[in-house]
Amino acid sequence: MEKAVTHIPETVAPPAFIRREGVPLILFALLLLAPFVARFFAESYLLALFSRTMIFAIAALSLDLILGYGALVSFGHAAFLGFGAYGVGILAAHGVSEASLQLPLALASSALFALVTGALSLRTKGVYFIMITLAFGQMAFFLAVSLAAYGGDDGMTLPSRSRLFGFDVLEDDRALYFLILLALLGSYLVSRAIVMSRFGRVIRGARENPQRMAAIGFPLFRYQLTMYVIAGTMCGLAGFLLANQTGFVSPAYMTWQRSGELIVMVVLGGLGSLHGAILGAAAFLLLEEWLSGFTEHWKMIFGPFLVLVVLFARGGLLGAFRRLGIGGAR
Amino acid sequence: MSSAILRLEHLCKNYGALAVTEDVSLALRENELHAIIGPNGAGKTTLIHQISGLAPSDSGRILLDGKEITPLSMPERVHRGLVRSFQITSILPGFSVLENVALAVQAHEGSSFRFFGRAAAEKKLNEQAMAALAEVGLADRAARRAGLLSHGEKRQLELAIALAAKPKVLLLDEPLAGTGPEESEVLVALLRSLKGRITILLIEHDMDAVFSLADRISVLVYGQIIATGSPAEIRENRDVRVAYLGEEVV
Repeated sequence: MEKAVTHIPETVAPPAFIRREGVPLILFALLLLAPFVARFFAESYLLALFSRTMIFAIAALSLDLILGYGALVSFGHAAFLGFGAYGVGILAAHGVSEASLQLPLALASSALFALVTGALSLRTKGVYFIMITLAFGQMAFFLAVSLAAYGGDDGMTLPSRSRLFGFDVLEDDRALYFLILLALLGSYLVSRAIVMSRFGRVIRGARENPQRMAAIGFPLFRYQLTMYVIAGTMCGLAGFLLANQTGFVSPAYMTWQRSGELIVMVVLGGLGSLHGAILGAAAFLLLEEWLSGFTEHWKMIFGPFLVLVVLFARGGLLGAFRRLGIGGAR
Repeated sequence: MSSAILRLEHLCKNYGALAVTEDVSLALRENELHAIIGPNGAGKTTLIHQISGLAPSDSGRILLDGKEITPLSMPERVHRGLVRSFQITSILPGFSVLENVALAVQAHEGSSFRFFGRAAAEKKLNEQAMAALAEVGLADRAARRAGLLSHGEKRQLELAIALAAKPKVLLLDEPLAGTGPEESEVLVALLRSLKGRITILLIEHDMDAVFSLADRISVLVYGQIIATGSPAEIRENRDVRVAYLGEEVV
């Protein structure tokens, strides 16, 4: 008995470092090298494509926190992209292009929207949660459409990218690329820490058996609401970057189709693994780009592909990799 | 009766026109093992739901240690020391056995609003969890996925989870449900080892277990308590025999 108490197994059969960390390591290495390789090809096109991919990876990552780890199917997540982007756009329209002002506004407004809508949405479950998050997402969309002073329906073009403490370093595509990469890496590492923490363990437990969690003394609502706010804020960061990358802010960022695409990215990559969301975002956007080069009806090909992935690769692309022996456990 | 640790006063619950719990009053003495028996549909599980806070009561009061807990939610009651188990096994199947228990420890040890540091590597939580596992005899299963345990082991795990929450009063809803003879023997021995240390309210259909374990027994029929007494008294009680044991008493 003494011996049993001193020997404390940490997790269920920990796999080797490379098996576990292989996929994220390769992903980030590729993203780090991409701009250097891109110089030999259509540089600005590739940088824009990869920047966009990483921005949506941050958004998908943030959605994975609540969808993958919390089993909360939020169908209004694109609203936070909009809040982040309008944080840039609205200040820019008033001549403030300083990132140190725009970014806090983008994050704070996303967090506040998450707090208010989350506090109401999380009182519902299942299909009702999906519907109410969808409704809040649409509310945000129509709010943006109604902002006539800021372009209304059409959106508005930004006069310039955000300035970092007065410097216009982000006008350089490569600098912006690396800033986005840094934001993605930061979001990824923070998310990983969160899901493995005490807090994250409560969220993961609630995914498996909420009644059990309540019966051992966890009032789940406040934990789930906190996670909802974290996810919304992180997606607001993606919105901030998206406005800078496209130089444009528009209600189109917050459509419910966009929210659906974010869900598809997370499911495509593999729910509840974080790097799966990055992989899913990359697969989605790169396939979209590639297929739309052949035909404007690219969704005719993309749709069946999604069906196949969901049917035959449970656990998404990451699940498929795992079965082939590449890349690690959750 | 001054030492009643859990007191139910005129507890009622209706589902529509059906009175599931009708004016139930009961006082649990400290460290006694009090069993509730009754035919199927008598409202035993509903009563546990009401006491644990899973289902609200229509009227009546619940007092733990002399303090009213009726308006509190289930998690709040757990923090006051009122912990329950479920009739149908309720664990986190994807977590390791150790983590299932460590989470229960975590719920009581400091804040869970910690966003950094690996929870699974927290020694303090794991040691207490291991102690609870050792108590129910599952120490050698700590690293297993909880979903892979046998049914009997899952029931042991549920007890370990409940114990890790440091209960003053433990509400056990058919802990022997679905277990085979050998498994139930292990569990009965386990319950006997807890006897006298924790106040236990036990619902169970296994009459041999109930009559051998309980200090006192209450009989619930159609939502009403028709008798409370020692096992011997209950066995001899005429109303009980008619209502529950199904005897024709002329």
